[in-house]
Amino acid sequence: MVGYTDKIREISERLLKEGTVDMVIGFRQGSMPMMNEPCFAKRPEDVEKLTWDSNCGINLANYLTDRKEKIGVIAKGCDSRNIVTHIIENKIKRDQLVIIGVPCKGMIDRRKITSMFETEILSVAEEDGKVIVKTGDAEKILEKEEVLQKNCAVCIHRNPVIYDELAADLVEEQKDIDRYADIREIEAMSPEDKWNYFDDLLSACVRCYACRNACPLCYCPTCFVDESQPQWVGKTTDPIDTKTFHFLRAYHCAGRCTDCGACERACPVGINMRTLTKKLEKDCFEYYGWEAGLTLDARPPLDAYKPDDPEDFIK
Amino acid sequence: MKVIKIDKKDWADGLAKLSGGYRLFGPVKDKEFHNFKELDNGELPDFDFSNTKLSAKSMVFPQAEAMFKYSLDENEADHHIMKEAEKDYSPRAAIGIRPCDAAAFLLVKKNFDTPEYKDPYWINAYEASVFVGLACNNPCSTCFCTSAGCGPFHEDGLDVLLADAGDYFLAKVITDKGEKLLQAAGWNTEADAGEDQIETLKKEAEAKITASVNTDGLKDKITTELYDAPFWEDVAFACLNCGTCTYVCPTCWCFDIQDETHGTSGIRMKTWDSCMYPLFTLHGSGHNPRGTKVHRVRQRFMHKLKYYVDKYGDGIQCVGCGRCIRLCPVNIDIRKVCELMNSYEPADAACQVA
Repeated sequence: MVGYTDKIREISERLLKEGTVDMVIGFRQGSMPMMNEPCFAKRPEDVEKLTWDSNCGINLANYLTDRKEKIGVIAKGCDSRNIVTHIIENKIKRDQLVIIGVPCKGMIDRRKITSMFETEILSVAEEDGKVIVKTGDAEKILEKEEVLQKNCAVCIHRNPVIYDELAADLVEEQKDIDRYADIREIEAMSPEDKWNYFDDLLSACVRCYACRNACPLCYCPTCFVDESQPQWVGKTTDPIDTKTFHFLRAYHCAGRCTDCGACERACPVGINMRTLTKKLEKDCFEYYGWEAGLTLDARPPLDAYKPDDPEDFIK
Repeated sequence: MKVIKIDKKDWADGLAKLSGGYRLFGPVKDKEFHNFKELDNGELPDFDFSNTKLSAKSMVFPQAEAMFKYSLDENEADHHIMKEAEKDYSPRAAIGIRPCDAAAFLLVKKNFDTPEYKDPYWINAYEASVFVGLACNNPCSTCFCTSAGCGPFHEDGLDVLLADAGDYFLAKVITDKGEKLLQAAGWNTEADAGEDQIETLKKEAEAKITASVNTDGLKDKITTELYDAPFWEDVAFACLNCGTCTYVCPTCWCFDIQDETHGTSGIRMKTWDSCMYPLFTLHGSGHNPRGTKVHRVRQRFMHKLKYYVDKYGDGIQCVGCGRCIRLCPVNIDIRKVCELMNSYEPADAACQVA
């Protein structure tokens, strides 16, 4: 994927020079290993800072919300699905966008890699499906396939579903993937075990809301946790309030979540809150045959009323 | 100054003695990372860490702290009257706080303990505390303490400085409070040439610091020019406006006051707040003077690197622990922002604007 950078710069420079877009939203090289920073380029000469590698896990659809400019946006598979959702939900117009699609080969899991080393990681590079990690006293070569972000390892939509330009040839989609093995394990638990599991899952939460704010779906002008009249949820790290926040947020994402992993990636204390959204994603798939963000022609199942709905309770 | 040698085999016994007279706090590994918290009975602090995920500020300034309690039950004589919440200000000791976190308390003190205003909750907790610091023999690549008025063996804010010397700790006595604690633990063997040993370790540690910031130009910059600098849109673009940087920061001191009522009884609490949140500045009228994320990101950096510098005249409101750099989900790096601010020349920048 490293070779994508040149093509991204070339396309971006052209779009800016032609005046087709006012800005291109992409990533620039971060100041830490395994971190890149979302950024914009407004002048053709700014495209030199744009980069692409396996550390672009933040979802750039999140940076489009309610913008007024004409925008070129770099979009891997999940970003493109959230762009579709954004368009359906009127958070951006299709004709404002030039989508520069990036056929994705997965992002690497910086927490997993960090936990594999005793000492601080000083640099990480990639080459031909390998990840080369250097610490102060050692160098190790890892197989990228083995250190993918958890959501990328089970991703079946690596190619952008909507695009105007492509940064590379489309990649082969992963096949025969068991997407929900982890969810089935939790589903099989007794109520008591589930309770303990969720207690433990969310115990480290500091209520910073990085998960919510990294999520392209969470664009409410005032989130329910920030409402004060009435105040729905307490402000402390009381376990009940913390769980209320996570559970309710997950429900708000039902049928809209693309499992892009931005929430888990953003969490400063490493909580896998994707467990919650993924369960709902699984239900939407199993009950309604629905995967979010694949088409501009249908609204998410929990967002649509159909007179011929087969369920009686809704009539 | 006196340096005591503490054999590591005497460590647990000494802490057990201390636990009779002090509530002990220290770094503890919880799942994947270390946090600073009150130790359970018999629990030992775990020194196999670079730094704790969150700073140690919660020892004195908890994320949520009850100030008052009240009853709404009109059958009770004192209903609707705020009463002091019970507090435990018995002596407490931080065992293994990093020097940067201890130095941060001195910065925060300027806010909570002034001639005009005194925050009794912060002051009482701070004064009840003894800080036994653990010097950093191996600082991280993101530590820029030595250029932020601090350092891996920095002593300001500590009562005792511990240095790990292999089989034993060297404990440098900095205050009377610290001396008293060491005596209570039964650690009283003076080290041979202790100060020299510490000095050697200190030099080695300082030589390992690779990151730095320049702050010499901040004071002379014109506030309104920095405020209007063209780089803020670029700096703030990636920001998610989550509260991570402020929550993990040892020097971020802002708090909110919240009432929580359950049935007819309730508490009034002090809770951490963050200038990254829109709610932080939302007025009752609905107006928000910091209505965009550019406003909010600028505020955080201007506060730490300009307003504080001008108001207190003792450097930046940062000890260089690097937590905000390591934990920012989108890699906004205070070192880069500090450099932009420190080297900003309005005339030059004006030429660069498209």
